[in-house]
Amino acid sequence: MTARAKGTSSVVVEQDAPEIVDIPINMGPQHPSTHGVFRMVLVVSGEKVLDVTPHIGYMHRGGEKLMEAMDFRQGIGYADRTEYLAQFSAELGYVLAVERLMEIEVPERAQYVRVILTELNRLSSHFMFMGAFGIDSGLFGTSFTYAFREREYLQDVFEEVSGDRLMYAYFRVGGLAWEVTDNFVERVHDVMKTSAKGIQDLDDLLTRNEIFMARCQNIGSFSAQQAIANGLSGPILRASGVPWDLRKDEPYSIYERFRFEVPVGHYGDVYDRYLVRLEEMRQSLAIIEQALEGLPEGPIVPDKMPRRLRTPPGEVYAKVESPRGEWGVYLVSKGGDKPYRMKMRSPSFCNLSALREMTIGQYLADAVMILGSMDIVLCDVDR
Amino acid sequence: MSIELLAAPLIDLPQRWMAALLAIIALTLVMTFAVMFATYYERKVVARMQQRLGPMRTGPYGIMQAFADTVKLVAKEDLRPATADPVAFELAVFAIFVPAFIALVAVPFTEDWIISPMPLSLLFLLAVSGLSFIGFLMAGWGSDSKYALLGGMRAAAQLISYEIPLILAMIGIVMVTSSVNVGDIIIFQDKVPLIVWQPLGFLIFLTASVAELERQPFDIPTGESEVAGGVFIEYSGIRWSMFQLTSYVNMYVFALLGAFVFLGGWEWPFGRDIGWGYQLFLTLAKMSLFIVFYLWSRTSFPRLRVDQLMSYAWKVLIPFALLQIFLNGLVLVYDLPDIVLLITSGAAALAMVALVYRAVRVTPRVPLKMVSNTMPARSVV
Repeated sequence: MTARAKGTSSVVVEQDAPEIVDIPINMGPQHPSTHGVFRMVLVVSGEKVLDVTPHIGYMHRGGEKLMEAMDFRQGIGYADRTEYLAQFSAELGYVLAVERLMEIEVPERAQYVRVILTELNRLSSHFMFMGAFGIDSGLFGTSFTYAFREREYLQDVFEEVSGDRLMYAYFRVGGLAWEVTDNFVERVHDVMKTSAKGIQDLDDLLTRNEIFMARCQNIGSFSAQQAIANGLSGPILRASGVPWDLRKDEPYSIYERFRFEVPVGHYGDVYDRYLVRLEEMRQSLAIIEQALEGLPEGPIVPDKMPRRLRTPPGEVYAKVESPRGEWGVYLVSKGGDKPYRMKMRSPSFCNLSALREMTIGQYLADAVMILGSMDIVLCDVDR
Repeated sequence: MSIELLAAPLIDLPQRWMAALLAIIALTLVMTFAVMFATYYERKVVARMQQRLGPMRTGPYGIMQAFADTVKLVAKEDLRPATADPVAFELAVFAIFVPAFIALVAVPFTEDWIISPMPLSLLFLLAVSGLSFIGFLMAGWGSDSKYALLGGMRAAAQLISYEIPLILAMIGIVMVTSSVNVGDIIIFQDKVPLIVWQPLGFLIFLTASVAELERQPFDIPTGESEVAGGVFIEYSGIRWSMFQLTSYVNMYVFALLGAFVFLGGWEWPFGRDIGWGYQLFLTLAKMSLFIVFYLWSRTSFPRLRVDQLMSYAWKVLIPFALLQIFLNGLVLVYDLPDIVLLITSGAAALAMVALVYRAVRVTPRVPLKMVSNTMPARSVV
């Protein structure tokens, strides 16, 4: 077909059949469903995703380097700011590393309170996932308000205990910052009741919803081999059928004392990841119940706690099962009150590396669901 | 109470034109306020369903929220991307806005309250409401934005696909009532509303109308979490508010259509001689049922994917709509009693629901495995 260009009588534009091009679409950093300032460049052919290029680093603050300039007590606050949805898990990982380096024995009561708060924090983090995931799947905010109602009750407890709603800095090397409130046990019992109801509400709203099932099932599937090869951890790994939970496999703190079960998926798709998280919340409630029963009286810091934290030279890697997976801290000390080298192994970052493999070949709408099912914390990715 | 009476003093001008002008002004004003109420009502109802309060700050219970929004939207800067196609970008608003309002011309609010009585009003309503996809395509193409383009293409595909089952369901109605006039269809339902004789058609209409309105779970063209507003992404200020106005006017039109065609409009259950006040009340009450359904579905359903949307229209709704027409034809040709319609159509409606229910659960899924001791299972790889 020949067409004459408008206004130029001499130029004849040769034109074949219209060329079909795959368009690159920039999603983020300002997009409602990239969970922060994540950016991915999707190459789409119609609605199918042909290629994904994730871009990270918009939130990079050099947190690890900053922690090297701070003493061990100040570093706790930075652990909070890195993993701002599972602050207690992050704090626990950090103080565990320092405690192992200093060989401090943590008192029983502090251990129990740590477990209770960390598991409550797992609840609030998973509630956040449920709410945001509902929005990713296109539900107009109902799951979000349900989840945030429960998060509010949980945060009230955290605030009463630590004095802060977001950046708790309550776990200290050797124990806790201060004694918990007098009515701590009753408050935790109360919040467990509301949380159990909240879990059931979200279960009723989403799990058996036909559209939700149709949207979630068989997308972003990952086999156990793929999951291990990509270094995944946490609920995503378990959804793929690998029973791996650090609380069971390499118990830290006092987790070996509690009876709980680890939910393991079969398909490794988005729906299984959702179900695993839902079941994990119920298991967390079981752990808290047992921890409240066993909560002893006693000191919350060791008797001979040095006023100034100084570690002997050495290196240590401590890891905890955060709501997103293995949250690890690698510390190198050359003596003194600051770490010589500090490195975080954040599950958000490692899990995000599988995004490309999961998303290619899926629909554009599924890319959002798959990203949502990873439950990333962008601050933890970029650090 | 005819609109013509309002124009009676102005006999100097051609009366038909004057009446039309007045009717248009009145309609636009009434619908603008109706839409303002709808936005307030939607925010309050949705908030209630989500355990929130909704707007509470502007006036008592936030009743002035819609006015505040209007002032804010009108005062906002009207931006047009530098690379946008000016003609398509600016005309798209009107290509969506005008058909939505034109449709109201043929709506009989009561027996007499109709701006333009026409013998083919059902056909007119369907034809005019099917025009808006042109505007969506223009907006999607003219914005010169990839998200808008995706949204525009999705909107065109969705609106065309769901137009078909909607019209097929209406053909079933036309067969039963042997009329294409909405007024006559209402009068047909003086004893029993058509929802009883056409449950399958009603179900198809209800689903397809949600899709035509692009509300959840069919809000794929504007999917907030995917294409971040779709065709509206580059619009701001007054143009954006015109899009919103249009979507609410469309909601009213489809709710009114459903109330007239399936629930008996102003006729059922009290008959014709109840005065215009009660007739208007009946119309609005039945319309509200549909509107509450639209809001309810908004808070409880996730969004369908685009391929699921298409297969739902073409594999479920259209075959069942044809089945409804076939059943109607069977009853008409062999002169069977009406109860056959109720039984067969009701059974088909149940079959459709069961089919959709089963479709999601084709293969039973392996449930989660609860592992209490993870150690021995570690050698999976």
